[in-house]
Amino acid sequence: MKTIKKIYLTLILIFLYAPILTLIVLSFNSSKTRAKWGGFSIKWYGSLFKNEDIMQALYTTLLIALLSSLIATIIGLAACIGLRHFNKTSKSIVIGVTNIPMLNADIVTGISLMLLFLSMGLKFGFGTILLSHITFNIPYVILSIMPRMNKLNVHTYEAALDLGANPLYAFFKVVLPDLMPGILSGFLLAFTMSLDDFIITHFTKGAGIDTLSTKIYTEVKKGIKPEMYALSTIIFIAVLILLLLINKPSKDDKDNKQVQVIATI
Amino acid sequence: MKNNKIKILTWPYLFWAVAFIVIPLLMIFYYGLTDRSGAFTFENIAAIATAEHAKALWLSLGLSLIATVICLLLGYPLASILAHLNSKTNVILFIFILPMWMNFLLRTLAWQTLLEKTGVINTILSLIGLPTINIINTGGAIVLGMVYNFLPFMVLPLYNSITKIDDDVINAARDLGADRFQTFMRVILPLTVPGIISGITMVFVPSLTSFVISTILGGSKILLIGNVIEEQFTHTGNWQLGSGLSIVLMLFIIINMICSAIFDKDSEGGVL
Amino acid sequence: MNNKLIDLQHITKSFDGDLVLDDLDLYIRENEFLTLLGPSGCGKTTTLRIIGGFTTPDKGCVLFNGEDITNLPPNKRQLNTVFQKYALFTHMTIEDNIAFGLKIKGKTDKYIKDKIDYALNLVNLKGYGKRMPDSLSGGQQQRIAIARAIVNEPKVLLLDEPLGALDLKLRQDMQYELIRLKKDLGITFIYVTHDQEEALTMSDTIVVMNQGYIQQIGSPEDIYNEPENAFVADFIGDSNIIDAVFIHDELVSILGANFPCVDTGFGNNKPVDVVIRPEDVVLTVPEKGIITGKVTDLIFKGVHYEMSVMACGFEWLVHSTTMFPVGAEVGINVDPFNIQIMNKPASEDEEAISIEE
Repeated sequence: MKTIKKIYLTLILIFLYAPILTLIVLSFNSSKTRAKWGGFSIKWYGSLFKNEDIMQALYTTLLIALLSSLIATIIGLAACIGLRHFNKTSKSIVIGVTNIPMLNADIVTGISLMLLFLSMGLKFGFGTILLSHITFNIPYVILSIMPRMNKLNVHTYEAALDLGANPLYAFFKVVLPDLMPGILSGFLLAFTMSLDDFIITHFTKGAGIDTLSTKIYTEVKKGIKPEMYALSTIIFIAVLILLLLINKPSKDDKDNKQVQVIATI
Repeated sequence: MKNNKIKILTWPYLFWAVAFIVIPLLMIFYYGLTDRSGAFTFENIAAIATAEHAKALWLSLGLSLIATVICLLLGYPLASILAHLNSKTNVILFIFILPMWMNFLLRTLAWQTLLEKTGVINTILSLIGLPTINIINTGGAIVLGMVYNFLPFMVLPLYNSITKIDDDVINAARDLGADRFQTFMRVILPLTVPGIISGITMVFVPSLTSFVISTILGGSKILLIGNVIEEQFTHTGNWQLGSGLSIVLMLFIIINMICSAIFDKDSEGGVL
Repeated sequence: MNNKLIDLQHITKSFDGDLVLDDLDLYIRENEFLTLLGPSGCGKTTTLRIIGGFTTPDKGCVLFNGEDITNLPPNKRQLNTVFQKYALFTHMTIEDNIAFGLKIKGKTDKYIKDKIDYALNLVNLKGYGKRMPDSLSGGQQQRIAIARAIVNEPKVLLLDEPLGALDLKLRQDMQYELIRLKKDLGITFIYVTHDQEEALTMSDTIVVMNQGYIQQIGSPEDIYNEPENAFVADFIGDSNIIDAVFIHDELVSILGANFPCVDTGFGNNKPVDVVIRPEDVVLTVPEKGIITGKVTDLIFKGVHYEMSVMACGFEWLVHSTTMFPVGAEVGINVDPFNIQIMNKPASEDEEAISIEE
């Protein structure tokens, strides 16, 4: 039984990592076409940093991810705090609307935003991408914070008031730390979702601006540049290190939470 | 107390939700139900019945259904094994989730390289003298891409629902005389129905609506409903038709959600 | 009553290198109410799980009616378990929970229905059959867990701290309920708890365990009145455990003063431990006491006063219906029958099992 399980896990692991391994191998292939192996080389890593298009797309991607997840976290947190005082019906209506972008297909969300921006006469570009990303990020933030909000012990807040804190001080000293894990995982989730998004960006970006995803998509059609493999290898290693760092303290707790948050999507 | 003041905090989000979630959705319905002159019509929705669109829809439904079933069959044992690893669970789980952080397009692109006629897999196969496989630019490659990309969405909810089962509940079933198979059928499976349902939804919806996987792995010959809709917006510029087809797509998403709601309720009632 | 229904022989079990049970021998007679009592981590639950078949021992064997069942899976054993947190099937109604084992055995619908009615009646939950487990209170869920186990007519019912999650009042009610059930059913109960009061109330036999070793096996009276070592004395009720020297038969020197006792055979001038229960310490005026001391603390406990008395460098715990105020000089007497002499732990093994605070 044990061996069957091990074989099964190994096969799945091969399935999961084969493409990633392929990308990493290709990034060291000195030949420009991926069809044949031209010997080991790290030249694509060098030319990657000189490729202004890719660097610009990377910059745009990171900036959009940071800004959109930050703004989404602020709006989402404020919404959650206010929602506590809504009555049941209006609360469930708001939550229902919040669920729409998560349940709906990305392609529908993408074209609906595209139609909106067109009718508003907005110029497609950085702004429209940012608006779209904030829109699909807020639900992730709210759904990460809401469960902690519901579990929040009101008495700690009241105890703080009882001990002489004013409401604002009590909120920042007592309530906020309690919500912090939810806020953090919401922010991280939003950040990753933004980084990984292609479909919605595809419909709302307009010409002349690219995120990494849309850049790759264009290259898929025209022929992918080997620098992209180098970049993906770097990203993979960076994510690996980042995740290891995040998960290091209190391993069990955070990892589980991360998983749960993702799984509630 | 000052509840009304605190309620104000929700307003920015309410504004945002109306402006960027509700109104855009209504716009799809507006475009989907009007023609170019703005007159009401069902034509855009009825267009799904034309041979070309119907074929794309059926193909999408078929491929995503197959992908969902494969994900469930692969994912359940995987989630179950992962859930029962005790000590190093987090590390191993981490290993299984890690590929999800790789860019979606790059992962799919890598499969193209692996599956190509002269790609990595075929090179290895011919080296060891086996017949080569030729699935690139077929439905098979698309299903593989869907399974690869969405398998974690199946595994995570399953993993969560399996770990939620108290060991003693399984012990209790065994204690009351159930063998391993009976314990699985009567206790473990029914208790994980919510996980199965949310896993199916999370795999089926993105599979059904995907256009990227078919573009990269299906070549230009295979059009899924997602590709058809995308074309209306990016090339043809027929927003009315694209919106109409999107409404049809949403219909299927809603059907899927209703089905899962019904199943979920059944499981609570204890059908077994 | 006297044949061994379950016989554990040389059971050894470790988890991740931690020895949980070391060469444990224990038998359970038919129709006995046996309690495994000890602090958490003492191996009592592991022992129960080995009997239930959820854990396999590293060494040793389990005999059931003389038959080796060590490697028999739980579903093939003629015993049923009531789990700590009930482990009800939350996706099934109460009826379906109770019927689970019977359906597996392929009993007729009529038989199953009768059994459900009988069991619900027995646990005083008539009419709850169609409800879901989540809609019941903790105490009710506990009764359902018991009902689910007993409809299978097990030879032995294993109970793993079944009352641990209930509040005090409910726990006391359930104790009487369990004693009644035991009488009605006439089957063997093996009960695991860390609550000494629970153990004393319900058991025919108590097995006191600590750190994987059995400390003492006996009736509740034996365990309470004649603890075999300091651990048992300390774990069961309050007690004064004092270093002493056994001068000769029927005389022991406690804190430098000679007390007459009834024990013999501990040698001459040999260091021993003595146990004196707080209710057995008799306070009197200083002149009449064997030793004298000063009251340092006084708490009213309802039926008695609890006092601390500092005498000869030892703080005595005293329960008495007569009150002496804090600061009062008192004399201490102990009836010779109430002085329990225990050998000091000699071997390393025994050292390991002495009291851990």
